[in-house]
Amino acid sequence: MTATEPAGPVPLPLDPSIAPPGTRTFRDAGGIPADQWHADQNGETLVPTHCCFCGVQCGMYLRVDRAGKVFGVEPRNHDINRMRLCPKGINAYQQVNHPDRLTAPLMRRSRDEEFREASWDEALDFTVAEIRRIQGAHGNDAFGLLGGASLYSEKTYLVGKFARVALKTRHVDYNGRLCMVSAAGANKLAFGIDRAGNPFSDILLTDCLLIAGSNVGECFPVMTQYVWGARDRGASLIVVDPRETAVARTADIHVALRPGTDSAFFNAVLNVIIAEGLTDEPYLAAHTTGWDEVREAVQGYPPSRAAEICGVPEEQIVRVARTFGRAAKAMAFHARGVEHHSQGVENCLSIINLCVATGNLGKPGAGYGTITGQGNGQGGREHGQKADLLPGGRSILNEEHRRQISRIWGIEESDLPQAGTSMMEMVWQMQRREIRGLIGICNNPFVSLPNYRTVKEGYDTLEFHAQFDFFLSETAANAHVVFPVTVWAEDEGVMANTEARVVKHNKAQEPPAGVRTDTWVMCELARRLGAGDKFAFAGSREVFDELRLASAGTVNDYFGITYERLEETGGIAWPCPSLEHPGTPRLFEGGRTYHPDGKVHLQVVEWHAPVDPYTEEYPLSLTTGRTVAHFLSGNQTRRLGALVEQTPRPWVEVHPSHGYRNGDPVRVVTRRGSEVFPALVTEAIRPDTVFIPYHWPVPTAANALTIDALDPRSKIPEYKVCAARIEPADRVDEVPAPPTAPGHEAYPETQVSRADPLPPTSSQGRGTAERS
Amino acid sequence: MMGRTIFIDPGRCIGCQACVSACRECDSHRGKSMIHLDYTEPGVSVASLPTVCMHCEDPVAPCAEVCPADAILVTADGVVQQADTTRCIGCANCVNACPFGVPKIDLQAKLQMKCNLCYDRTAYGLAPMCATVCPTGALFYGTLEELQAERPGVQVADSFAFGDVMVTTGVAMVVPADKVQWPVPGGLPVVEVNGVDVR
Repeated sequence: MTATEPAGPVPLPLDPSIAPPGTRTFRDAGGIPADQWHADQNGETLVPTHCCFCGVQCGMYLRVDRAGKVFGVEPRNHDINRMRLCPKGINAYQQVNHPDRLTAPLMRRSRDEEFREASWDEALDFTVAEIRRIQGAHGNDAFGLLGGASLYSEKTYLVGKFARVALKTRHVDYNGRLCMVSAAGANKLAFGIDRAGNPFSDILLTDCLLIAGSNVGECFPVMTQYVWGARDRGASLIVVDPRETAVARTADIHVALRPGTDSAFFNAVLNVIIAEGLTDEPYLAAHTTGWDEVREAVQGYPPSRAAEICGVPEEQIVRVARTFGRAAKAMAFHARGVEHHSQGVENCLSIINLCVATGNLGKPGAGYGTITGQGNGQGGREHGQKADLLPGGRSILNEEHRRQISRIWGIEESDLPQAGTSMMEMVWQMQRREIRGLIGICNNPFVSLPNYRTVKEGYDTLEFHAQFDFFLSETAANAHVVFPVTVWAEDEGVMANTEARVVKHNKAQEPPAGVRTDTWVMCELARRLGAGDKFAFAGSREVFDELRLASAGTVNDYFGITYERLEETGGIAWPCPSLEHPGTPRLFEGGRTYHPDGKVHLQVVEWHAPVDPYTEEYPLSLTTGRTVAHFLSGNQTRRLGALVEQTPRPWVEVHPSHGYRNGDPVRVVTRRGSEVFPALVTEAIRPDTVFIPYHWPVPTAANALTIDALDPRSKIPEYKVCAARIEPADRVDEVPAPPTAPGHEAYPETQVSRADPLPPTSSQGRGTAERS
Repeated sequence: MMGRTIFIDPGRCIGCQACVSACRECDSHRGKSMIHLDYTEPGVSVASLPTVCMHCEDPVAPCAEVCPADAILVTADGVVQQADTTRCIGCANCVNACPFGVPKIDLQAKLQMKCNLCYDRTAYGLAPMCATVCPTGALFYGTLEELQAERPGVQVADSFAFGDVMVTTGVAMVVPADKVQWPVPGGLPVVEVNGVDVR
């Protein structure tokens, strides 16, 4: 070999329009010599990005072939996940070139017609004409907009701006409303800032980890490595959950409380901590307000009373208090099990009270956090797509905040609408014909909202309904117009993960012909509505730069975060007010919060019973949750063969004491309706509780049974508890296949078994016992 | 002792099947997983554990020993390869011989497939895909020293007793520190060998 000869096959030059900074050839992946790795011979490149799914936001490489198509995944040694991926992350790339992708606008003038493919001009013109017709006849607020927390932050910023500036409506909200707004509300009340307090890495330093209402193993599998890491160095683990989940199985204390009783339990734990002198009085005196009132209030929750309410032994409450209270450093994490309640904010506040009372705040290994469900559940609400928020977390009710944003947007403050209503309330308004037209962007309320029949009635009442999506979701199948938009790998943008670490997603391939970015569609609609000068964005980068400016000076300050810095650092936690600022991974160091007085504002919490009353007719608690294989409404994951195979259908988890055998058809009845599921008989659930995973549409939809009661402050639905009964049935309900657009045949691999009477092979593997 | 290998820690397994999905992504058998996920007490506990090829060392891998076509090769570094496609006759002897239930037969193709420790990756210093992605470290790839540095006090076993038959493996299993016993019971006792009752 001469010096001029290459050492091995040379990868094709990268297309600079596709290859973002950090793109590597396979030879860089692990020191593999280029001449010994066949992937290089194929001209393969690795594009660094993050998973599109949950709030952990694992780093990954997408494998791109020489034709510029995504065809695989390779683990990436990013700080967050250190190469780890869960099955959703490993299979996520398969949706990029999936045959179910929508590649042309779909349109129909009434729901009596079938969808037909339309040109972009025709679909946009029809949409704009319907917006004008409805708003002309019924006012601007008769048209609504629902965004999504899987969108990049740039797009969520545009959703809020598009609603207020182009549509001029107050009615904008997003599906993060169904996720963690209870935690957001509690955090704002207590700390003046809406995000988790510590980075994941702090978990490795704690001496006691309390996980409440979070099935970490299935919902955030990659976070489990931090839990086990803490265990490796001797940390105690306390899990509060009605089910014995994979993480609960290994806990020092598993508190299997009855759904809907969390705040009574945590008040009682604090009661014991006070009684045993385990509070941090100097910290409380220096850094908090409201402690006297909280101390007084929890006197009403002795362990004996809480034991009765929660259905757990009194001694267990005392053990939890001693384990948490005596730990030198303790952390508490919660997720939807605590937040999805009509008392969701109170539940979160009761856990915050526990952390603050013991001085566990703002230190390595000590703090609290909510674990975000959706990929951008954190970032998705920070910049104005929530009904009451403007960019930078500003309040739409605050005159000064309204002035600031009106100036940035170049509109009169008087033209800026007031606060709208929450997602579920908007559905009720649709039923009442107060909202007559709606655009939905990458959300699927037909599966994700509670009380399906109400939701269906609301949407059916709409005079005009448009959806942006890349697969025809159950909700999009109800629309008049469906705009085919990009998947995450076809555009760039940022998301904020559970730690509030902003990470950059990169573009790995060009979108298919006929597909546009959500940004382009919103800007084009705005132009046709006469607001084009306010939406002259060429792409995500320009939107992000405006977002940075719009957030400058607020608590949610992104000004110092740039795409370049994100590429260099792998992620920056906000607030980050300047280009030199390193970001803020850990909040409250030194005890200072984001309230003007710098103190924690402790709040009194009183437990109240769940909204749906138990009676002889409905004696059980129905609770719902995720499986590891599926994400949100399943519109994406129910199309990916490996994930369908892993969890093909939902089930109802019941305790053996009910007398059912595995696979028996069981009818679950609530005050909203009934459905039949195969039984998964397991001792890993309370006898008075049944569980159904919620990623499927009717007739196997947990959300056809759940109640649309809302937390009065956060307006989150009470997904995690309603009254139910179970009874034997003849056969299980059929699992519907995901809808497909005209001309798009269902992907063969994704055909799920129908009316399968066999026991489910749950993602946890429970219930695979032989039928006797 | 053992070099760089996979350590299986059932106590960490959350049953997520990331290993199964990752195995499907391997270039050597793309689309098919060579990993089983087993559930030890269904209906009672959520406990689960992944089963990869244990890469038996002593006696020489039973699957290779019984292969009539000499299709299963063992490399110098102890990796029991999947059957050579130019030699395998799809007879399933290896399936019957494996004490851990690992090899699979593609009946249509009449070919055996099994975990080869991601030889295409490990030969170049990368970890196997399953152990790379495992979210919880239930599958760990490295040396015993690296494992013990990360998890102080961890105990492992690489000997398994199937009745009187001992099998020593290249892949090791984490054993609860308070229940250490060697060899680890590997399954039901052997009651018959070539028609002779050996109880």
